Amino acid sequence: MDKRLPGLAEAVSGIKDGATVMIGGFGGSGNPIELVHALIDAGPKDLTVINNNAGNGKIGIAAMIEAGMVRKMVCSFPKSSDAQAFNTRYLAGEIELELVPQGTLAERIRAAGAGIPAFYTPAGYGTELAAGKPVAEFEGKHYVQERWLKADFALVKAELADTHGNLTYRMAGRNFSPLMAMAATTTIVQATRVLEPGGIDPEQVHTPGIFVNHVIEVTDPQQEEALIRAGAHYERA
Amino acid sequence: MSELKLTNAQIAWRAAQDIEDGAYVNLGIGFPEMVAQYTVEGRTPVFHTENGILNFGPAPAPGEEDWDLINAGKKAVTLKPGASFFHQADSFGIVRGGHLDVAILGALQVAQNGDLANWRVGNKGVPAVGGAMDLVHGAKRVAVLTDHVAKNGAPKLVEECSFPLTGVACVTRVYTSLAVIDIEGGKFVLREKLAEMSMDELQSLTGAPLHVEGDVGELSVPEL
Repeated sequence: MDKRLPGLAEAVSGIKDGATVMIGGFGGSGNPIELVHALIDAGPKDLTVINNNAGNGKIGIAAMIEAGMVRKMVCSFPKSSDAQAFNTRYLAGEIELELVPQGTLAERIRAAGAGIPAFYTPAGYGTELAAGKPVAEFEGKHYVQERWLKADFALVKAELADTHGNLTYRMAGRNFSPLMAMAATTTIVQATRVLEPGGIDPEQVHTPGIFVNHVIEVTDPQQEEALIRAGAHYERA
Repeated sequence: MSELKLTNAQIAWRAAQDIEDGAYVNLGIGFPEMVAQYTVEGRTPVFHTENGILNFGPAPAPGEEDWDLINAGKKAVTLKPGASFFHQADSFGIVRGGHLDVAILGALQVAQNGDLANWRVGNKGVPAVGGAMDLVHGAKRVAVLTDHVAKNGAPKLVEECSFPLTGVACVTRVYTSLAVIDIEGGKFVLREKLAEMSMDELQSLTGAPLHVEGDVGELSVPEL
């Protein structure tokens, strides 16, 4: 078994128009920038993108939006230090937004990966974000029914991978990535180092390889926050 | 004090006095983050941030930032000994599962039954909620830090919120620039107020009845 692919372009070539794509990361941490930029080069359209945020500056998801690739964002917090790319299109009615409380977003993704079609959460009960959703009472408290959130693809950044797809993440860069790896039909990982089987101590594996389809080594990956502070701008090559 | 009210730092200081040694605490982005600076000496609370860290510490020196080590406000932080990382589903399991001792949040409005509005003012612009709707559920105590009245003078403690709700009947205590108020049985119960402020004046700045049960303490805070 060897899940390595030689390059980023091959890795994202299966992502076609209309696909739903989960992208790991929270704010400037844990974003698979190189995979996202390879996807911009490939240029599929009408994508539904699932991430905690809706892009920042002119790189990553913001650059996907600028390139007109995104039909809908599913996220909890479409605000950032420079959210112009999303804001402009949202206020012009050119991009759809499904706003989900952050914990509900995480649990919906986890549920999809765990084969649980719906669950109840207290978050959002009595608010506009729960409008129209089924409500039930448990032990005297009200809860909102939420449904699983699946995707065709997940793009994930890991620190270490082995050729079986076992992963470790770096610090708070972990965030949504282990959940998205479970929830997507096809999970594509960029890792700073790709090791032979046994290279990661089984005690230290954060995501077991069964959730991972493809691994690409990207040594010295870029950091979203650092790129934004440097004023970087990504456009299709 | 030029005006008869506490500064934000003083409100944060007062809230910090109620955080026990060993408490697990989530501080909302912005103003509530100040509470960490006023941790009572000899107590070691553990701070949680929604993006997946327990026991993070203050910001690193400029130039020392590691952008994989940030808090929910996307600011660079440091780690204390005994810190841990975890994914988002575990992080919000910590929140909703009742594992936090206290969550401290900001507010646009708090209603006398504990309803909280703190995520958007109306239905214009781009909405963003983050973890606010999750954070108000599950912590043993959900406290709010706020000016007693809005910038335009309107009460922020009200009978019913007019802004969109973040959560229903979720707030247990409010630390304001004028008073400390508990929410019990669907009403505001005054616990402490500034000594210089009369009950009548405080009530006139509050949008719902203030109830007194037992003694009202003096809200006494050092100059900061």
